[in-house]
Amino acid sequence: MAHHTITVTINGETEIVTVPSHMTLLEMLREELALTGTKNGCASGECGACTVMMNGAPVNSCLVLAVETDGAEIMTVEGLAHDHTLDPLQEAFVESGAVQCGFCTPGMLISSKSLLMRNPNPTDHDIREALVGNLCRCTGYVRIVDGVRQAAKLVASDTK
Amino acid sequence: MDNPTPGLPKFEYIKPASLDEASAFLVDHAGEARPFMGGTDTFVRLRAKAWHDKFMVDVKHFSGMNDISFDPQHGLTIGAAVSMNRIIESPFVQEHYPLLAQAARTVASYQLRSRATLVGNICNASPAGDTLGASIVLGGVLRVHGVGGEREEPLTGFFHAPGKTNLRPGDIATAIHFPLPPANAAGIYIKLNRNNDGDLAIVGVTALGYPDATAASGFRFKLALASVAPVPRVPVEAEAILADAPITPETIAQAANAAMDAATPIDDTRGTAKYRKLMVRNLVKRAVNDVWEKLQ
Ligand SMILES: Cc1cc2nc3c(=O)[nH]c(=O)nc-3n(C[C@H](O)[C@H](O)[C@H](O)COP(=O)(O)OP(=O)(O)OC[C@H]3O[C@@H](n4cnc5c(N)ncnc54)[C@H](O)[C@@H]3O)c2cc1C
Ligand code: FES
Ligand code: FES
Repeated sequence: MAHHTITVTINGETEIVTVPSHMTLLEMLREELALTGTKNGCASGECGACTVMMNGAPVNSCLVLAVETDGAEIMTVEGLAHDHTLDPLQEAFVESGAVQCGFCTPGMLISSKSLLMRNPNPTDHDIREALVGNLCRCTGYVRIVDGVRQAAKLVASDTK
Repeated sequence: MDNPTPGLPKFEYIKPASLDEASAFLVDHAGEARPFMGGTDTFVRLRAKAWHDKFMVDVKHFSGMNDISFDPQHGLTIGAAVSMNRIIESPFVQEHYPLLAQAARTVASYQLRSRATLVGNICNASPAGDTLGASIVLGGVLRVHGVGGEREEPLTGFFHAPGKTNLRPGDIATAIHFPLPPANAAGIYIKLNRNNDGDLAIVGVTALGYPDATAASGFRFKLALASVAPVPRVPVEAEAILADAPITPETIAQAANAAMDAATPIDDTRGTAKYRKLMVRNLVKRAVNDVWEKLQ
């Protein structure tokens, strides 16, 4: 069976990994690189728990082959905090009670991060639309939407 | 117990150096290799053991596959590997083909649309494909590279059955081309699903209307129905009714009935055949009314 040696930048660090053809990006992150923040909920594109950023766009890592990330830049939930400082989204999620069991949270954070990157001032409708592909079985979503709204405000006030 | 989230079955990932090499490989391995685009349909089918391919032939990296271009004389060309999100965000699409952007926006979720492609949606030929209707009514033509060279495949007549199209082993769609839209056209895609977003269509109705002096009514409407037949269905009688008689509420109701008669749906988990037929009637009425209002 064919293996491929790829070079991929993950959360700013260059990794050289040898992967079989049929390994997904999700499996590579969790099983080869021990980045277990990214979750496997359904392995079929439905739940969004595996969402990571690939070259600046959020993707379902269960639907991307590891070999396809040769030369790519990946950001996972582990890449959100810097020097022990949480991303404003993480702070806002904690403050607004957007986290219960936490299984959906890494994917929610990455999808929300992508939303705020393309639209720093989203309406509640924009937030809900951006999170359509992220399922949460605990919170009822209201507090997650609160969290994203609050993070947008935090970022806006920081950059004033 | 079955693993609820199984890994992918084993296959080899192939990245050919040229389109010719890719087509030749696909022909040599017909039945056990397929072109690999966003993979969003393919992975689900592989995991469900519905497909058993030994080779995934990546065709996203060839020249032109990632480009969107618009020519004011000839129209829009979208490379096969361009993602749905890039189509939705393209200023050319928003300005000249808003119907296409609107339909693409109803597909799944934002992160899925970072990978899912319009051409993959078309080649996959699911009757529920949300962008097939818009691609048909806008006159889409696929550019195809096969072992015999390049050819064009207009979408009219392209679909035969779920997953079955005019594409043959070795064929790789490299782009889709849309002619300039008719002047002053307006369109809408109405998707009925179980929740507001992120689900497959129970019924989908696409309508495009535009002034046309050669039609007795002064207008022409192009319609396409999703999820109500084995292939995207164009209700030609409904289109003829709207071309032949002045557009009145009665004409629109008559066309909606004709569209309902053209639908041959099945019962499935998303809805019954009877419900689908009635929804075709109601949604065609709603879609044509909406377009008609925009045309005034
Ligand atoms: C969770 C989930 C939700 C979804 N929701 C929707 C939805 O709401 N609406 C909808 O319409 N679809 C939906 N889909 C289906 C899918 O995302 C779309 O059909 C998508 O557009 C497929 O594009 P792709 O690039 O991923 O295709 P792939 O999976 O790469 O390919 C699909 C098929 O087309 C063939 N193919 C692809 N490109 C070419 C080419 N260039 N030349 C020749 N053959 C080719 C492949 O060989 C394969 O057989 C959903 C899928 C998932 C997993
Ligand atoms: S694990 Fe990828 S979407 Fe659920
Ligand atoms: S917090 Fe438990 S699934 Fe969202």
